[in-house]
Amino acid sequence: MTDFVTVSALAARIGNGAKLALPVDYAGVAMAATDAIIARAPRDLHLVCVPTGGLQVDMLLGAGLVGTLETSAVSLGEAGSAPCFVRGVRGEAFRLMDATCPAIHAGLIAAQKGVPFLPLRGLIGSDLVTRRPDWKVIDNPFGENDPIVLIPAIEPDVCLFHAPEADRMGNVWIGRRRELATMAYASKRTLVTVERIREDSLLADEKTAAGVLPALYVDAVAKVPNGAWPYALWGEYAADGEEIGRYAEAARTQEGFEAFMAARAEKAA
Amino acid sequence: MSVATPPVTHNERLIFTVARLLEGVRHVAVGASSPIPAAGAMLLRALEEERGGAAVRLSILGSVEHNFFTNGGVELFDCAAQGRIDAFFLGGGQIDGQGNVNLVGVGGYPTSKVRWPGSFGSAYLYHLVPRVILFREEHTPRVMVEKVEFVSAPGVTPPEVYRRGGPKALLTGRGLFSFDAERGGFRLESVHEGHEVAEIEEMTGFAFERPETVPFTPDPDPATLALLRGRVRDELAETYPGFAARMAAEISKAA
Repeated sequence: MTDFVTVSALAARIGNGAKLALPVDYAGVAMAATDAIIARAPRDLHLVCVPTGGLQVDMLLGAGLVGTLETSAVSLGEAGSAPCFVRGVRGEAFRLMDATCPAIHAGLIAAQKGVPFLPLRGLIGSDLVTRRPDWKVIDNPFGENDPIVLIPAIEPDVCLFHAPEADRMGNVWIGRRRELATMAYASKRTLVTVERIREDSLLADEKTAAGVLPALYVDAVAKVPNGAWPYALWGEYAADGEEIGRYAEAARTQEGFEAFMAARAEKAA
Repeated sequence: MSVATPPVTHNERLIFTVARLLEGVRHVAVGASSPIPAAGAMLLRALEEERGGAAVRLSILGSVEHNFFTNGGVELFDCAAQGRIDAFFLGGGQIDGQGNVNLVGVGGYPTSKVRWPGSFGSAYLYHLVPRVILFREEHTPRVMVEKVEFVSAPGVTPPEVYRRGGPKALLTGRGLFSFDAERGGFRLESVHEGHEVAEIEEMTGFAFERPETVPFTPDPDPATLALLRGRVRDELAETYPGFAARMAAEISKAA
């Protein structure tokens, strides 16, 4: 059964040390939940960026909640580099697991299939392979003298994203953002914020059913209109580039970051 | 009354060069904030349409309108693995003479004094996309180095490593290099107008081959330039409005 809860109760389900999977900036980022997580302040999170991080990840880093960061990149896109990430790398504020986008997808797909690893082409010769001892290079058992990289399954404790709508049964419409389904299949629990909750079933119409993440995978839903702001939500609203730019500017110092976040929390309250 | 056509601008020359480098591709993928590569692909698409050539498909990552993928973020990488992407662009905080690319940072690892966003999909696409074009406007000794501090993606790999892609060219704000995978090094092909070979030698931290006489990078003919200033700029404005407006402003300044 999917629980319908407040965003604060949703955030409370992310405990200390949780391995938390978060989507890329254009896929549906649960930005409003970020403030709720920071208010609850779980410690030592292991973030898995699917496959890269942006504003939400930078805020969680700046708030000091992250023990391990597993990502292919962190950036604010047009607004430039992610200031808390850059500062944190310089100050060794967290353990860094640098990856490459398809490897993160592969790790989640391995977990989705319940297998220990997935082989992946490319990668050999990159320093990422030497820096990631958990990635193994083997000789293709079906070939000859054909080295190939194995990516271990990534099994997050919880994943969190924002989507346009859910129905009363807990089905969530994810459209063509299939990485959100992969995240949910791979994770022990899935938390979703949505713009709207509709009364009729999303599975009743084949057109919407094709883009549904079934309630089977969805543990809790919180309704938060405009919940991806200042990021865009596909099919719903555009990004607020000025706000992202204001953050990039403010967070250049830790004091500026804290002032920005305090103002953001006040606005949300 | 005839009005003289304003001269070709620097950005237009780069876009035309990208279109030349993409000649013959059917599907090109470009990053979300790469207006010059995207414009080059759009110009090639328009030129092919005018000559009745084969259709050129363009995927702009992160764009809703120019992205036909329906299987989430993994589809681009699966598509590349299936051999369905012919060309891709990579930048790099550092690029070295062996075609290695560093998107991670400098001054140590994992604690880096200067940290860039990260490797993205480079470590994979560099092996699998046949024609990878390195594009970096800044051409200085701090970017074009002898050896990168971190290899996000390697220019060459040992022969037993499965690889059907890699660097084909390096386009900078000063000139154009080709890459020889056999030798594992660059060759200077042309110098952009307003630049000199001696200056490129001074600004490049790695050794490269060069012909005795290095030609200037070719400019588009009047018909191609008209296409670039018309249809291509309009298409570009849908995804990169700021860049398209700057291009228009540069032309009126040059006139």
